[in-house]
Amino acid sequence: MNEITQGKRLRAKSLTLLGLMLIVLFLLDIGLGSVRIPVSEVVKTLLGQEIDNSGWQGIILKIRLPRAVTAILAGAALSLGGLQMQTLFRNPLAGPSVLGITAGASLGVAAVMLAAGTVTTTFSIRELGVDGSWLIIIASTLGAALVLVLILGISFKIRDNVVMLIVGLMVANITIAVVSIWQFFSNPEQIQEYILWTFGSLGGVTNEQLGALVAIVATGVVLTFFLSKTLNALLLGEDYAQSMGLNVKWARVAIIATTSILAGAITGFCGPIGFVGIAVPHLSRSFLNTSDHRTLVPTCALIGGILMLVCDIISQVPGSQTVLPVNAITAIIGSPIVIWIIVKRKNLKASF
Amino acid sequence: MRTILSTKNLTVGYKGKKEAKPVLSNLNLSLQKGKLTCLLGTNGAGKSTLMRTIGGIQKPLDGEVFMQGKAIQSIDAKSLSKQLSLVLTDRIAPGNLTVYALVSLGRFPYTSWLGTLSQEDKDIIFMAMEATGILEFANKHIGELSDGERQKVMIARTLAQNTEVIFLDEPTAHLDLPNRMEIFHLLRELAVKEDKAILLTTHELDMALANADHLWLINQNQTIDSGLPEDLVLNGALEEAFKREQLQFDYELGSFKRISTQVKRKVKLEGDTILKRWTKSALERAGYEITQKPSEIEIQISGTLKAPLWHLNYNDTTYRTIQELLIQINNQ
Repeated sequence: MNEITQGKRLRAKSLTLLGLMLIVLFLLDIGLGSVRIPVSEVVKTLLGQEIDNSGWQGIILKIRLPRAVTAILAGAALSLGGLQMQTLFRNPLAGPSVLGITAGASLGVAAVMLAAGTVTTTFSIRELGVDGSWLIIIASTLGAALVLVLILGISFKIRDNVVMLIVGLMVANITIAVVSIWQFFSNPEQIQEYILWTFGSLGGVTNEQLGALVAIVATGVVLTFFLSKTLNALLLGEDYAQSMGLNVKWARVAIIATTSILAGAITGFCGPIGFVGIAVPHLSRSFLNTSDHRTLVPTCALIGGILMLVCDIISQVPGSQTVLPVNAITAIIGSPIVIWIIVKRKNLKASF
Repeated sequence: MRTILSTKNLTVGYKGKKEAKPVLSNLNLSLQKGKLTCLLGTNGAGKSTLMRTIGGIQKPLDGEVFMQGKAIQSIDAKSLSKQLSLVLTDRIAPGNLTVYALVSLGRFPYTSWLGTLSQEDKDIIFMAMEATGILEFANKHIGELSDGERQKVMIARTLAQNTEVIFLDEPTAHLDLPNRMEIFHLLRELAVKEDKAILLTTHELDMALANADHLWLINQNQTIDSGLPEDLVLNGALEEAFKREQLQFDYELGSFKRISTQVKRKVKLEGDTILKRWTKSALERAGYEITQKPSEIEIQISGTLKAPLWHLNYNDTTYRTIQELLIQINNQ
């Protein structure tokens, strides 16, 4: 039994280590970019002290801080969404996008960007000016919510989670097909705008919007943590979970709803960011060698944040004016890491 | 009687699109505390369906199931989980879960919203692992265990759930003979020592006959004969339940045998009982019939158990193995 307490201590150690990494990368992310700002100045500004270079202060507070916070939120939210989907469906390939939530958000955005075909609608959207980005967010949230309601409705009819997974994938396919038909009949400029959105961006979130995003993601993270025990029971499958007194139907509704909030919000604000949701849960399980969600939830949130910060730093291409699409970077950076860990630790396959 | 679970005119099966498809009907069964009950039936006879129904997972088509006198459908999931625990056939493999973590999942109905284990929970988990003999691999991961060890872990989890009734669906399906015997032995011991009512499904006749205190036998009329295993053997219910063409129940051995239709050559055997038993089995498989009367082929077994000798009458030769003996007889 001594080894069990030893395991606990190891976990506490790992979590502290990850927390420290997150802070260091957070500061680096703010410091690095087209203009290089020393970390000491970053810390000063964040602590509310005046620094000599007011230009730097503006860059830090208005551009880079919201961006870095968004990166952490996106990483944490997508990872927790992925973790819940993988456990619920007991499938290592599941992620926050499997239920069509991301596709639904894309549909909402496409509806705004592509349906603005007539001169009047284009004009009215332009007129919205500052609120244009809110419009996109609202549209994508509505799109995600639409798919979510559909999925939840079906999930009450279906008992089997594997069937549910297939239904989710099919709904996602239909949604994507609708978007693609829409694109087919749209003019090139509109398509370009939409495609730019699909590259994903952490920089589009303004300070005012950030408050809303923080509140939504924080709610999602807390809800996920409250679901830890439920998720643990689901590790053994639905029949076992039910025999242990779990109300499987409501558990599923809670898990799908929480995932939708997390993934829907991030997709709305940042565009569809792939890969993180599938990879981070695997990294967390492999790293701590556990399936206990009470440990996995905080670990996933931390690793997700770390991974997104790293990707953001790289996508900024420090020292240059270029900015690469973050969606591509997550996969380019993340995939080799996952492959390396699978090969090295060899404990990933047995997760399900 | 110490009945803990009973059924009244129960019909189990599936609801089809137009009409219900009953699998088993007219079931009036009772499960006793302190006894190991085996639900015996051929593949596809409805063992799992019945178990799922009386376990409250599936709704009955007709009739009722009572748990300690209360209709099982009226008991909420949480209370039921403190009275009944399951070991299912699905091969679960959350490889990153340690044995300890899996067994402690059994405390799910008792712990707080976060699942934090109290000292009492930990003591119960410890006792569950001790009773099933898995303490030594408490920190191993499930993926590292053999099938037999894994099954013991699943049984330990039901003990941690601390229920009076335990259902096991085909608990020995993937196991070799020593492991099968060990699991049956363990379950019997738990039934008696911990005073549990244990129900398991199996299609393994010999195991059920040797270990069950009570047998629920699915017969060919889609209902169940219930009774002591030996009674069901003697009244012919067992033979009837597994009846196939070309299969015959050997009442002496307690197992089924294939009936061969071809005309057999007769052989007379004499010698040590054990040696005779194994020689007979080889000869019968090769299509010979053993007779007591003088015959064209007569074999005299001599020598010791470790170094037996077979003497064949018609060519007056002695053989050291049954294989050599069979080759000679077959070529004759």
